[in-house]
Amino acid sequence: MGHLSELHARCTDQYIEKFNRSRVIVGLGTCGIAAGGDKVMAAIQHEAASKNMHIDIDFTSCIGICFREPTVEISLPGFAGVIYGDMTPDKVPYLLESHIINRHPVEEWAVMQISEGSTALYENITKMNDYPFYSKQVRTVTSRLGRTNPESLTDYVATDGYKALEKALSMQQLDIIEEIKKSGLRGRGGGGFPTGMKWGFVYQAVGAKKYVVCNADEGDPGAFMDRSVLEGDPHSVLEGMAICGYAVGADEGYIFVRAEYPLAIKRLQTAIAQAEKYGLLGNNILDTGFNFKIKIKAGAGAFVCGEETALLTSIEGNRGMPRVRPPFPANQGLWGKPTNLNNVETYVNVPFIINRGSDWYTSMGTEESKGSKVFCLTGKINNTGLAEVPMGISLRDIIYSVGGGIQNGKRFKAVQIGGPSGGCIREEDLDLPVDYDSLTAAGAMMGSGGLVVMDETTCMVDVAKFFLSFTQTESCGKCTPCREGTKRMLEILNRLCSGAGRMEDLDTLERLGRVVKNTALCGLGQTCPNPILSTILYYRDEYLAHIQDKRCPAGACSALLVYQIDPDKCKGCSKCAKNCPAGAITGGKKKPYFIDVDKCIKCGACLPGCQFEAIYNDAAPHRNNCRPATRRTA
Amino acid sequence: MTNSIAEIAGADFILAIGTNTTEAHPIISLKAKKAQRNGATLVVVDPRRTELAELANVHLQLKSGSDIALLNALAHVIIAEELWNNDFVAGRTEDFEAFKAIVAKYTPELAEQITGISAETIREVARGYARAQKATILYTMGITQHICGTHNVLAVANLAMLCGQIGKESSGVNPLRGQNNVQGSCDMGALPSVFTGYQAVTAYDQRAKFAKAWHVAELPARPGLTVGEMMDKAGTDELKGMYIMGENPVLSDPDSNHVVHALEKLDFLVVQDIFLTETAALADVVLPAASFAEKDGTFSNTERRVQRVRKAIDPVGNARPDWQIICAVSAAMGYPMQYATASDIFDEMALLTPTYAGISYARLEQGDIQWPCPNANHPGTTYLHKDKFLRGLGKFNPVEYIPPAEMPDAGYPLLLSTGRRYFHYHTGTMTQRTGALEVHYGTEYLEINQADAASLGIADGDMAQVSSRRGQVKIAARISKVVPQGLVFTSFHFPEVAINKLTNPAKDSLSKIPELKVCAVRVEKAS
Amino acid sequence: MTVTEITLTINDITVTVPQGATVLEAAHQAGVFIPTFCHDPELTKFGACRMCVVEIAGIRNLPASCVTVATEGMVVHADSPAVQEARKTVLELMLANHPLDCLTCGKSGDCRLQDYAYLYGVKTGSFEGERHCYPLEDDNPFIVRDMNKCILCGRCVRACAEIQGNSIVEFTNRGFNAKITPAMDVSLAASDCVFCGNCVAVCPVGALQEKRLRRAARTWEVRKVKTTCPYCGTGCSFDLNVKDNKVVGVTSCDGDVNGRALCVKGRFGYGFIHHPDRLTTPLIKKNGIFVKATWDEAIGLVAQKLGQVKAQYGSDALAVLSSARCTNEENYLLQKFTRAVLGTNSIDHCARL
Repeated sequence: MGHLSELHARCTDQYIEKFNRSRVIVGLGTCGIAAGGDKVMAAIQHEAASKNMHIDIDFTSCIGICFREPTVEISLPGFAGVIYGDMTPDKVPYLLESHIINRHPVEEWAVMQISEGSTALYENITKMNDYPFYSKQVRTVTSRLGRTNPESLTDYVATDGYKALEKALSMQQLDIIEEIKKSGLRGRGGGGFPTGMKWGFVYQAVGAKKYVVCNADEGDPGAFMDRSVLEGDPHSVLEGMAICGYAVGADEGYIFVRAEYPLAIKRLQTAIAQAEKYGLLGNNILDTGFNFKIKIKAGAGAFVCGEETALLTSIEGNRGMPRVRPPFPANQGLWGKPTNLNNVETYVNVPFIINRGSDWYTSMGTEESKGSKVFCLTGKINNTGLAEVPMGISLRDIIYSVGGGIQNGKRFKAVQIGGPSGGCIREEDLDLPVDYDSLTAAGAMMGSGGLVVMDETTCMVDVAKFFLSFTQTESCGKCTPCREGTKRMLEILNRLCSGAGRMEDLDTLERLGRVVKNTALCGLGQTCPNPILSTILYYRDEYLAHIQDKRCPAGACSALLVYQIDPDKCKGCSKCAKNCPAGAITGGKKKPYFIDVDKCIKCGACLPGCQFEAIYNDAAPHRNNCRPATRRTA
Repeated sequence: MTNSIAEIAGADFILAIGTNTTEAHPIISLKAKKAQRNGATLVVVDPRRTELAELANVHLQLKSGSDIALLNALAHVIIAEELWNNDFVAGRTEDFEAFKAIVAKYTPELAEQITGISAETIREVARGYARAQKATILYTMGITQHICGTHNVLAVANLAMLCGQIGKESSGVNPLRGQNNVQGSCDMGALPSVFTGYQAVTAYDQRAKFAKAWHVAELPARPGLTVGEMMDKAGTDELKGMYIMGENPVLSDPDSNHVVHALEKLDFLVVQDIFLTETAALADVVLPAASFAEKDGTFSNTERRVQRVRKAIDPVGNARPDWQIICAVSAAMGYPMQYATASDIFDEMALLTPTYAGISYARLEQGDIQWPCPNANHPGTTYLHKDKFLRGLGKFNPVEYIPPAEMPDAGYPLLLSTGRRYFHYHTGTMTQRTGALEVHYGTEYLEINQADAASLGIADGDMAQVSSRRGQVKIAARISKVVPQGLVFTSFHFPEVAINKLTNPAKDSLSKIPELKVCAVRVEKAS
Repeated sequence: MTVTEITLTINDITVTVPQGATVLEAAHQAGVFIPTFCHDPELTKFGACRMCVVEIAGIRNLPASCVTVATEGMVVHADSPAVQEARKTVLELMLANHPLDCLTCGKSGDCRLQDYAYLYGVKTGSFEGERHCYPLEDDNPFIVRDMNKCILCGRCVRACAEIQGNSIVEFTNRGFNAKITPAMDVSLAASDCVFCGNCVAVCPVGALQEKRLRRAARTWEVRKVKTTCPYCGTGCSFDLNVKDNKVVGVTSCDGDVNGRALCVKGRFGYGFIHHPDRLTTPLIKKNGIFVKATWDEAIGLVAQKLGQVKAQYGSDALAVLSSARCTNEENYLLQKFTRAVLGTNSIDHCARL
């Protein structure tokens, strides 16, 4: 072959050469851009030009610390790169002057430093490995994120990119599949089906034409693992797919990526064009005679298209509705042809396994769940962002070490894992190891990697309502239980949250949940009652409070809030009455005011105006807690 | 049809020539669509871009009446490229050399000049047809309603024999009959030259058999008149009396003015029908007949399938089933016909008709039967010519292209073709009176190409006057991509647009079918 | 290729079916009733209504029997408490969003939703909440489309695609708002629909109804007579629906040629039978005007006139047109009459037109 080693040598030279120059690298993932990274980039370019600085300005993707975006990395030749967080354009002139011209990193803005090779470290800046967010992480799937330019083939090849493909093309197809089987890699989309076994099915399936499809239709609320990887390391997805294509005997691949990820699509397009140009995709790849083309299909925003059969139907140009399995895609997939369908993260794992061997991979993780898993930390957690952890780590470690604990010192209540299909894990289960089977046993599921952390101010009925309203909107409408059942369950939850719940609603919810779970056609429908069923199981008292007491203990359901004025604290200033848009507050001069609960629309406009803190409700409880909240009678 | 309707779905190559199947035979078109969904190649030969043509893998939009040039050129390519079925031609046919000699001159390039279809397309279609496992040809009046109609049919048959694409399941030559029982009428001997089952009136033995069965001394030996000849002879006073049952030649026959004139000259005309049709209006006596819902009987469909018609209601008013009326007239003329039921008539017919001999009402209760069905244990025949043709060896009948009888000229510069619409049927006698079809599709229009309309100053929806050498009608114009430049099209379903006033009665010399698909007309914007 | 057989038990009944058969087919063979809405043997398997769910040992959830392939040794419970609960709930969910106007619905008596609600004792009103309120589509003379009654079984979608090959209607919108419509949610009349009514023939509820038939008779009032279509030469079979000695409509039967498929003429073109223009009495033209006559008068006159021409000018001065619209028996008789009585072979019909 020789083709790749030549390219590799050239790219490595170019890549190393970069480190001999002063570099400023801006994090321009979607999160970075959303936080203003592009403006910071513009400021840097302007500043460098006006000061005539001889520096390289580059960009990378999100390294994972979304909570500190925009981030900027500055590295001087021979020194560790320093990553700065919460950058703004007005910080730029000082930052560049201090770090580049004066060679003094701005310690108070620095998040951490990363040493590549033998570069010198700074004294007072935390090393990446010591930074709590990363101390328990491993970086495999995410190893290039924030470290390479995602639009640079040079960076990818220099960091061992396409080596695995080259190696795989010299192997027997079955040997590749065997290696994947031995690695224990399981589907990262959430189902956890053994990847090697799936590849084996597709390999065995009869048919001259086969397809490889990548599911990048990430749709769970609070999940952005796939987006981060696609934006940060698109070539690794292509390489994983190409290896799979070779192994199973496919010559065509599709990446089904949601249209809401324009940056990911753009970077994939760039990567595909680059790979085709250098003979890493297309016909006669690396002169081996292997042909493999990859096309992008932008999904039109239907959550259900993350379901594999709906996804395939959508690629075929039809309405994205699930179809019945079996036949499974491995036998009859895209256009009826044998099709291997894996998620982004699964494919990205493949080149690492091929390069480093299955033994290396199995050294991470638990007995049944090998390797690492990428999670998105969202919700009431301090460090929202992207984290890759070894399988088997406890949820407590993820939330408290990686995630830095709960915001504002509140008490942890639950973590929703597995998106709308998953379930809640309570405090008492936080020490469970994160692996497919433990999570399922605890009533949740691995899912694709979204972790939504909730604190004591989160109402679990409201959480169930939120997820139901999501699944109800996203139901494709094909099967009766999902189409009609989610609607009725949502209506009941709305009723509970508005104070009109009845005791029999609980039974109805449980029955509907059971029937929908048991009878729905696809995974969306079968799992959509999980948030209801698990919250009823673990937080029944909250449901009862909503129904019997017409009270939301977490104070989240605004319709259930009862606003009251403490006559002992009220000075009769009348400010609250003036702020009330409903005319619900009355009183006389220098006398305590009174809220008419029937007129009150629970808008909360009275609250901030009271300088005596005399107004209270469940969400902003009475400071003295001296008396129970008045209940409305049912 | 040599095959059954269901078999069309199993073909892997369908050559639909001169058939607007989705409109005229909707249910048959479903089989063709199904075959195509299963991967079959659909080639449609039609001067118009019909719905079927739109669906087709290849649409050969030939010039009207140039079918033989196309069919011969297909054969030319198949012979030139040695794609023909040697075994079939050698074992099952005769006169191949004569055929080969004639088609030799029909090069695709020559055909391109005549048909307007590119030589390369002709070659591709020829290869597809010859190489198909099960190729089937569907055709209707687009083939037959030409002065060369019989030759067109022979050219189709030649092509099928050349490739051995006949006598197999899903592979054959399949004319789709246009009327519910046109097959049965022919089978029953409602033709001037044959008794039931195509037994010739000229054959002494046949005549003797029927004469004996019918208890008459003798039966006429000379073939009778065809419908066109009847009209001609009525016009010249040689014909004095006519009995018309359930037909409306005033609207359905070409050159309506001539037909009306002929019928008016008769001494006596009796018409038996369910409505007072344009033809019945000319009668001396009109006999009210029962509709299909009011009587028992059988129809034979286009695939030779004998099917029961069952009485659902009593005849309306004083109407009577046609068979009872015939019996009454016959009895009044001194020849009593005594049948208690339609089944009795069928049994008498089956005794005299070898192809129907094994069929009875009792068997039809278990399901339809396709003739030939020679005895009561025979299951019927789904496709014909399996091991041999009726005549033994299949005979190649080489035919030459001739242009239509009347081509556009300076005075009549456009070509008029007629046919059917999906929502209506034949002369409209029934479909104009359903309370539904005519509500949805209430007026007829003339399809005209944008370019022709523009040059005539006709806008969409304008009333147009269409004239031929024989008559004229007024009709709304609809600018349509269905027709190419130079061709206009309409249906014959609407009495108010009696398009057969314009059509050319020039007939095929053998079958006597008039050339309804081609005549020269002039179109003007009506004032 | 040998067909392997599979043996399984359904409700403790042992049944052997060919490999590849579904649990629903096996149940049918075992004589175990399983209710279905979306299943139709002629159409692709859809598995959407979830009415046919069953319990199968070793399988989590309740799979739909119409799409679950039977396997060796499978133990199926088609009426277990979980199954009963699921079916009742599915029915309740359907009824919660269905106009309960069975008193006036033309499909009453021939409606699966009604039948199964009765069978499972499902009352209405289990769920309060939103109901659809789509306008009734009544702007064509053939079909009434009431999407409020649609249970989204998708049979019409598949019939249009797989029987008619036209794909006029498809699912649109999502979830609770899913609806079956022509492209752009126009009416059928504004679409390319050809009104074959094959969607109506497969609709298990009252969402698609034959406009005139369902207003002319309750479903239980009609007598069905299977016959052959009087239009083109295809020979489609259908059922004439008869009430009070009147044809009030046409419905599909299982025809040897056409299955349930019909075209617009076959299904909706029956109105001519009772059209006021029908000839109901013999007419004799006197002085250019038709006058009503008795059969005896008319027959007598015809016999006399034909006899007169024959006597005066010979048999060949007579000719007969038979009909491609009449039955075989009538064509046979007329040619017999022509040849044996009139003495001529001049009989023809419009085979050429």
